Amino acid sequence: MLSVDQPYEIVIGLEVHVQLRTTTKLFCRCATQFGAPPNTNVCPVCLGMPGALPVINEHAVQLALQTGLALGSTIPPMTKWDRKQYFYPDLPKGYQISQFDLPICDGGHLTIADPADESQTRTIRLIRAHLEEDAGKSMHDEANGRADSRIDLNRCGTPLLEIVSQPDMRSAAEAKAFLTELKLLLTYLDVSDCEMQEGSLRVDANVNLKIEKAGDTIATPIVEIKNMNSFRAVERAIAHEAQRQYHEWEETGLTIEDRTKRTFGWDDAAERTVPQREKEEAADYRYLPDPDLLPICLSTETVEATRAALAEFPAVARQRLQADYEIKAYDADVIVNQGRGVVEYFEAVAKGSGDARRASSWIQQDVLRTMKEQGVGIGDFAVSADTLAELLGQVSAGKLDNARARDVFQHLLEKGGSVAEAIKALGIESVDAGEIESLCQELLDANPQVVEDVRGGKMQAIGSLIGQAKKKNPNVNPKQFREICLQLIESAG
Amino acid sequence: MTIPLDSAAKLLGLLASGELTARQATQASLDRIAATDPEVGAFTFVNTEAALAAADSIDQRRRDGQPLGVLAGVPIAVKDVLCTTDMPTTCSSRMLENHMSPYDATVVARLRAADAVIVGKTNMDEFAMGASTETSAFGKTTNPWNPSLTPGGSSGGAAACVAAGDVPLSLGSDTGGSIRQPAAFCGITGLKPTYGRVSRYGLIAFASSLDQVGPMAFDAVDCATLLNAIAGSDASDSTSLPVETPDFTAGLDRIEGELRIGIVKHHLEAEGLDPEVRQAVDDAIEVFRDAGAKIVEVELPHSDYWVPTYYVIAPSEASSNLSRYDGAHYGHRSPVAASDAGDRGPLVATYCRSRGEAFGAEVKRRIMIGMYALSAGYGDKYYVKALQVRRLIRQDFDSAFQNVDLLLGPVTPTPPFAMGEKIDDPLQMYLCDLFTVGANLAGIPALSMPGGLTSNNLPIGIQLQAPPLQEAKLLQAAAAFQRATDWHTKRPL
Repeated sequence: MLSVDQPYEIVIGLEVHVQLRTTTKLFCRCATQFGAPPNTNVCPVCLGMPGALPVINEHAVQLALQTGLALGSTIPPMTKWDRKQYFYPDLPKGYQISQFDLPICDGGHLTIADPADESQTRTIRLIRAHLEEDAGKSMHDEANGRADSRIDLNRCGTPLLEIVSQPDMRSAAEAKAFLTELKLLLTYLDVSDCEMQEGSLRVDANVNLKIEKAGDTIATPIVEIKNMNSFRAVERAIAHEAQRQYHEWEETGLTIEDRTKRTFGWDDAAERTVPQREKEEAADYRYLPDPDLLPICLSTETVEATRAALAEFPAVARQRLQADYEIKAYDADVIVNQGRGVVEYFEAVAKGSGDARRASSWIQQDVLRTMKEQGVGIGDFAVSADTLAELLGQVSAGKLDNARARDVFQHLLEKGGSVAEAIKALGIESVDAGEIESLCQELLDANPQVVEDVRGGKMQAIGSLIGQAKKKNPNVNPKQFREICLQLIESAG
Repeated sequence: MTIPLDSAAKLLGLLASGELTARQATQASLDRIAATDPEVGAFTFVNTEAALAAADSIDQRRRDGQPLGVLAGVPIAVKDVLCTTDMPTTCSSRMLENHMSPYDATVVARLRAADAVIVGKTNMDEFAMGASTETSAFGKTTNPWNPSLTPGGSSGGAAACVAAGDVPLSLGSDTGGSIRQPAAFCGITGLKPTYGRVSRYGLIAFASSLDQVGPMAFDAVDCATLLNAIAGSDASDSTSLPVETPDFTAGLDRIEGELRIGIVKHHLEAEGLDPEVRQAVDDAIEVFRDAGAKIVEVELPHSDYWVPTYYVIAPSEASSNLSRYDGAHYGHRSPVAASDAGDRGPLVATYCRSRGEAFGAEVKRRIMIGMYALSAGYGDKYYVKALQVRRLIRQDFDSAFQNVDLLLGPVTPTPPFAMGEKIDDPLQMYLCDLFTVGANLAGIPALSMPGGLTSNNLPIGIQLQAPPLQEAKLLQAAAAFQRATDWHTKRPL
């Protein structure tokens, strides 16, 4: 890891806040819908009105359980709720209901491809995952010399699962790979939509360095970079922070023993990590078990039934696509990384067309490219899996060549309809063998040099005739044309 | 005719037979309040017009032959710790001086569904912290038996308005004895139900794991009628018990089977137990013995730890529950200009000043105790230890109830004390809870009933305690006692 360029190793642990895909909040029945007008999705419970009491949303517990099981966590038989006390204007109760010493998910791990060597994997261990409610949002308007602050409490009580990793990552690329794989897993499980721009997935990174010096390993003080909401930000923030810490260490020589953890933010515009206001002393959250909520006891039956009903994980899907459809690891990877919708699409096309490899190649090239161009997801893609399967089936059966098939595909994208309708609209007709044979003979007769070249072993010479054949009859299948030409030359020889 | 505001049972009979209208009963109650309250000060708010309108609606529905609730037309007062949409809910604190709750507490909704007529909200110690109703921000309540004495607390107003004959029924709340001690001081009957028997939704929290709403009335029969109306599980309160609610008024005319009554000798020999209170307890024992009950001595080995345990747990939870009063969302907000916010900045200055200005001394004292007990480094020493002792206290009761059906003893160490006598000595005030906090820590039901008068003609209360969910047993025994004695019929002169 150590090199002249980078005379240190980066140590990274991540805390990922995932908004669970429930329709209602964690402790009341208010909607979690994003983008509602401020303070409309609120009730006495999420506003922390005097006398109001929380009631757990069982669906959130179920989603957390699914996530924990997929991450290989241990599910303790009992989990409870704690109050984390701090004063903040967007925290209406003066405490956040969270989980302190008995989280719903204990331990676990996530296996990722090693960014330094794609053929290798790395296992990132997890410490825990716990449920908690989100706080509201403060908006500060300091225009006109006035310091107006407005508070939107719509987000208060939104269910979050905080997934905490061990400090097992050693590069910004690894952190990004971890987040990418985690997001993929969460969307496969359908436990979160992971919409980062809507705050459904937020990341804090704990970063420090290990520096080798005179045979000793020195650790720099830990910095927590708060609330990043894009993978790009995470990657850049970590890379920047590592440099910053190295320079700071060169200047000050301070190590982890000399300084407590500090909190930094990521300034995306300036592309640098910036210290947030230093706390005068360590935060004292004065945790206490929430007396308004009962502990949750998850029976072995519930846990096992949930485990049995879990959706397929991406890692399993990658293996299965290779085995079931005989496609390459790389291709399986591309398809699986596009999400569960693309995997389902691929499988439908592969089965419907009877040609998995062709399906894989078309999806990776034509389908994904078009999706990207149009900015649509597979759910909104204009050509259905059944239609593409039918089209590719005709290619495999030799009824259409790839070029004509692409024309049909383009037509389907633009105009919709069935494969048959597209073929008709494009005037594609199959050419019978006798007709091709006479066309071959005609062109061979007109091009004796080609015949000569083929006889001399230069098979590719036929290629020059294909263009001419296409001009005479655009429906000619080049493969068929080529084969018949070769047969004619051979039989004439 | 005389309108019997001292008995809900009699009122219900007259209302049912048509001899009396709900409007007449309500008007009588309002007139009585107008006459007594200038001296007693039991009410923080009297809802004259709404009460009369509710009464008229009940009368109309009765004339129309529509079904009516079990308390149809009975005037009732509600402690100002319970949320109401049509009256302010202040907790007798400057903090909530103008607070209008957007919702009704579940018990209030149930009273309305039972067609009780809610005439007003009653005074209390601020946020239910106190044993004399002297910590109310809105003036003291006096004891109807003698205006120089306190009515007890924190449900002092709820007890005094019944004793003064304003209403036959009221709702109080009991965290460490706040129903039973004022019931004893005012010569009425009060019941703290099993924790979870009555919903806490809309009961502004003091100490969530100890708080319980309960009925206050002249006798056990009326308490049972009121308990019928408010008890039962509530989906809005996770800690409400999922159990059937029996008819608490059934079988009150007899005691089923042999009654074994436990006496805690340690309590009867407690230092500071007033001899007249001791005598009343001895007399009550004889009443039960004469009625055929078996008297058994039992031990509660950890009862010396009740008060210390309570005064760690209750303030800890209170410090957390009262965090929400930060001046940001509702309640008192101190106007703080950025220019005079000082070093702390306007936000922290707003918190500090709002809380500093609006909370009284006792509330601040308990917040400080609770914050300390929960703070890092002390949580294990105080709070966690108190939770462990609490479990032992519950075990003591479980063991005792192996051998007896009920426990009998004093409610308070002394008869009603004078205004100002203990208000500057918090420890003396806390010792008022000596015999009552055990039931809250253990979550068991407990009842206070009139059991004698001192030589100065002041009421003395007798406490009965039962195993969880045995309210019917408590009420049966109290009703039997009230058939054999006439202490509950004594009225202030």
